[in-house]
Amino acid sequence: MSSESVASTTAPSAPPGAVGLFIAFAKMSLMGFGGVMVWARRAIVEQHRWLTAEEFNDTFALCHFLPGPNIVNLSVVFGARLGGLPGAIASFLGLLLPPVIIVTVLGVLYTQYGQFERLQHALTGVVAVTAGLFLGTVVKMMQPLWKQRSIVGFAFLGAVFVAVGIFRLPLPPVLLVAVPLSVAVTWLLRRRGA
Amino acid sequence: MSQDHDLLSLATTFLVLSLFAVGGALSALPEMHRIAVEAQHWMTNSEFADMVAIAQLSPGPNVLVVTLIGYHVAGVLGALVATLSMVGPSATLAFIVSRTIDRSSDAEWPRLLQNALVPVSIGLMAASAMILGLSPGQSWLAVVLMIAAAALSFSSKVNPMLLMLAGAVLGFAGLI
Repeated sequence: MSSESVASTTAPSAPPGAVGLFIAFAKMSLMGFGGVMVWARRAIVEQHRWLTAEEFNDTFALCHFLPGPNIVNLSVVFGARLGGLPGAIASFLGLLLPPVIIVTVLGVLYTQYGQFERLQHALTGVVAVTAGLFLGTVVKMMQPLWKQRSIVGFAFLGAVFVAVGIFRLPLPPVLLVAVPLSVAVTWLLRRRGA
Repeated sequence: MSQDHDLLSLATTFLVLSLFAVGGALSALPEMHRIAVEAQHWMTNSEFADMVAIAQLSPGPNVLVVTLIGYHVAGVLGALVATLSMVGPSATLAFIVSRTIDRSSDAEWPRLLQNALVPVSIGLMAASAMILGLSPGQSWLAVVLMIAAAALSFSSKVNPMLLMLAGAVLGFAGLI
């Protein structure tokens, strides 16, 4: 916590080259068991001081509302900011190349040995925990909506859950209806509140 | 011939999904499941759940579950095609947007869009949790484990990796 506030007041250090970006993102990626974003913040803001905490939050906000995996977006936006197109490509490849190789090897192993009963049981245990972790994340994310007593928010949440989770409708049409509607309602509510 | 066909369906599936993955990779899991298990019959329900678990266990972004799906369908080439299709379009869009609006302006629309997307992505995450929770092979002890993991991750800062390893050990010991 304290190191973060120190980092936000000190001047940013010299921008890294393409090789530096590749290595930095490869490191974050390989440390990122169960998610890379925490490590990305630590490396970019605290360790290398390439961005202040506020700049990181701005970049993160942009990456969060763009479609696609947030951390992949972050690698591209951050890389482009520091090193143009070569920087973006270097960060993107650093983030993805090493873990893609590892995951492919795991895929080979799973195909070979996935049917062994013990391994199957172990994976069933991991699946149960993963489902629980997702559930925990959902409850955490719901808290702000709950505090705001956002009936509209819960209505959209429930409608999307039922459409995609229960009725198993394809995602694109659901989003093409839900997102514009949610934007319109959010905008109307804000105008009335202002 | 059939290999080409598989690569093509992997590419089209994930090229589209890339631009519809609002709120991150985990929000796209229900659609991946719908296509891979129900529409294309690439794999069984429990194989899908296994792949999500393996992607969570391995280092790197969680989106790499698509690498496992691609490998399962069409080998190493399939893994590459699925991965690049899933991250290519959104990464290109991110590059263009970051160059266009560059610095964060005082514009109100990014915050508006973000607020509007939050409930939608929570709904999708909830669907992901349900699909995994209902995957076959789940005994009542697995349900207890799931609820315990949810409660612990919600109420404490315990490392998720430790919980997953605990799940693996309990499963390996034949308790689940």
